Amino acid sequence: MKILVCITNVPDTTAKITFTDNNTKLNKAGVQFIIGPYDDYALARAVELKEKLGGSVTVLHVGGADAEPQIRKALAIGADDAIRVNAEPVDSYFVASQIAYVAGQNNYDLILMGRESIDFNSGVVHGLVGEMLGIPSYSPVMKLEIEGTTATLAREIDGGKETLSATLPLVLGCQEPISEWKIPNMRGIMTARTKPLLVVEPVAMEEFTAPGNYSLPAPKGACKMIPADQAEMLIKLLRTEAKVI
Amino acid sequence: MSVLIFVEIDNGSVKKTSLEAVAYGAEVAKMTGTTATVLALGKADAAALEQTGAFGASKVLHASDDKLTHENSLAYADVLAQAVTQEDSKIIILAKSGLGDAVAARASAKLKAGIVSGVTELPVINGNFTVKRSIFTGKAFSNVEIKSDIKILVVQKNAFEATESSEKATIEAFSPVLRDQDFQANIVSVEKASSELSLTEANIIVSGGRGMKGPENWQPLLDLAGALGAATGCSKPVSDLDWRPHHEHIGQTGIKVAPNLYIACGISGAIQHLAGVNGSKYIVVINKDPEAPFFKAADYGIVGDVFEILPKLTKAVEDLK
Ligand SMILES: Cc1cc2nc3c(=O)[nH]c(=O)nc-3n(C[C@H](O)[C@H](O)[C@H](O)COP(=O)(O)OP(=O)(O)OC[C@H]3O[C@@H](n4cnc5c(N)ncnc54)[C@H](O)[C@@H]3O)c2cc1C
Repeated sequence: MKILVCITNVPDTTAKITFTDNNTKLNKAGVQFIIGPYDDYALARAVELKEKLGGSVTVLHVGGADAEPQIRKALAIGADDAIRVNAEPVDSYFVASQIAYVAGQNNYDLILMGRESIDFNSGVVHGLVGEMLGIPSYSPVMKLEIEGTTATLAREIDGGKETLSATLPLVLGCQEPISEWKIPNMRGIMTARTKPLLVVEPVAMEEFTAPGNYSLPAPKGACKMIPADQAEMLIKLLRTEAKVI
Repeated sequence: MSVLIFVEIDNGSVKKTSLEAVAYGAEVAKMTGTTATVLALGKADAAALEQTGAFGASKVLHASDDKLTHENSLAYADVLAQAVTQEDSKIIILAKSGLGDAVAARASAKLKAGIVSGVTELPVINGNFTVKRSIFTGKAFSNVEIKSDIKILVVQKNAFEATESSEKATIEAFSPVLRDQDFQANIVSVEKASSELSLTEANIIVSGGRGMKGPENWQPLLDLAGALGAATGCSKPVSDLDWRPHHEHIGQTGIKVAPNLYIACGISGAIQHLAGVNGSKYIVVINKDPEAPFFKAADYGIVGDVFEILPKLTKAVEDLK
């Protein structure tokens, strides 16, 4: 079983988001970066599958060298080696093209990633990669078992759950409860230092979008407090003032 | 050259979020001097398809093959690409959802089309084609220019206020080539709580957190939801503890919702929870702790015990009827 796990390097979920350079760049000062939480689930499941079925887990990141601590963390969690495509990601299409290029040169049975990145929230990279490689893609996958060349997976559909089986290779966008986040242990951290991290240059491609400037939402007005002993007032206000019921 | 809108069908009718996408697409068609065409797949009621006309569509391409009734992003994307070619469409619109993103993504790679997901407003078209999208789970926005000839926009709920007319769209049968390779997966089971209102479609959501203390205490919350015709949601720990089903989990790592009204009961308002609800028009917070961070993101708040307040609210709603 050869598994590729694609990880993003994103601001921590509690990070305060601000911009610099005339709102053209994310202000990274004081922001802690993490492996995307959904990617972290994908990684955890990949490591479990490798432990059960044998094989290897490679992590792939498209982005700058500042992601290396997160890549090392993924190695410490149990990936065997890593590839970093040294490029400033332009958009989902760009990232997917780089992933598809790397994947196309190695025969992975499974390509796992999070259902979406928590910076751009597009949720389209798995579909793009699947189509570029001409193999099926499914998301969001909440349960994944492999037997021989067949994957059985459960995924969320609107208001419910679908279980399906499909033949490998597959691209899957993952979310909990596919697995639980793994915390690297001391041995993992030690061995991660010497595991191979290959840096490759991006393949040239046409860019379909160009990023413009960023903005922040308008600040919320003050919260109107209603005394607990007049709770029914709330319902009146929702009808007459907010007009939502 | 028409703007093509992919709609999702649920039990024969067009989903509400897809109707919003139709209205959005129709407006973009107006801006670009063309018409709006809807693409509907699988079994669907003719009346429901005609009704997309009320939201501005002039024509519906309907591929009614029953093989397309069950949600299948691989086949849907291929059919969408065929429709784009037939119609020579340059702009494609889908409503944001797991399915919408999956279909858009695969179609994008087939058509070599620039794709932007999470669009929150109408595009600005002035030589360039620029869209505004939500990023960082609602914490910020970014403007993106789409440069490719064919453009795919996945639009967020409430991106455009839909108004209804009494127009009807004409239905045209569409017979795409269906590729065997898109139907290889074997569907083992589908569990759908069909009676339940879906969270992404709901106008009102009543949601419970750890402050509800246990699954046995959910009745007062369900009563209020029932009285309001609301869907029910929960915070992550609540679904982690199996107090409520996983598909109710709202937030950064769960479902993102954008109802007109979100009522949070015993939820502290952690940033990861807020990330899933910041698209709501109005937020009501009921929490016994006046310092709970959720109040900062709320429009209306009540400091008090949920178990005392919920029955009072339910009664007040029933008194309105
Ligand atoms: C990477 C990451 C991702 C996450 N993703 C999500 C996510 O998607 N969604 C999510 O919800 N969380 C998420 N979390 C967890 C999040 O940080 C919070 O822990 C969680 O939202 C808290 O849930 P809660 O508000 O139900 O519980 P608590 O924080 O325990 O709050 C309970 C609240 O109930 C109030 N209360 C208690 N009793 C009563 C009563 N009788 N009447 C009224 N109020 C009462 C308390 O004052 C308190 O404010 C994530 C965390 C991480 C690290």
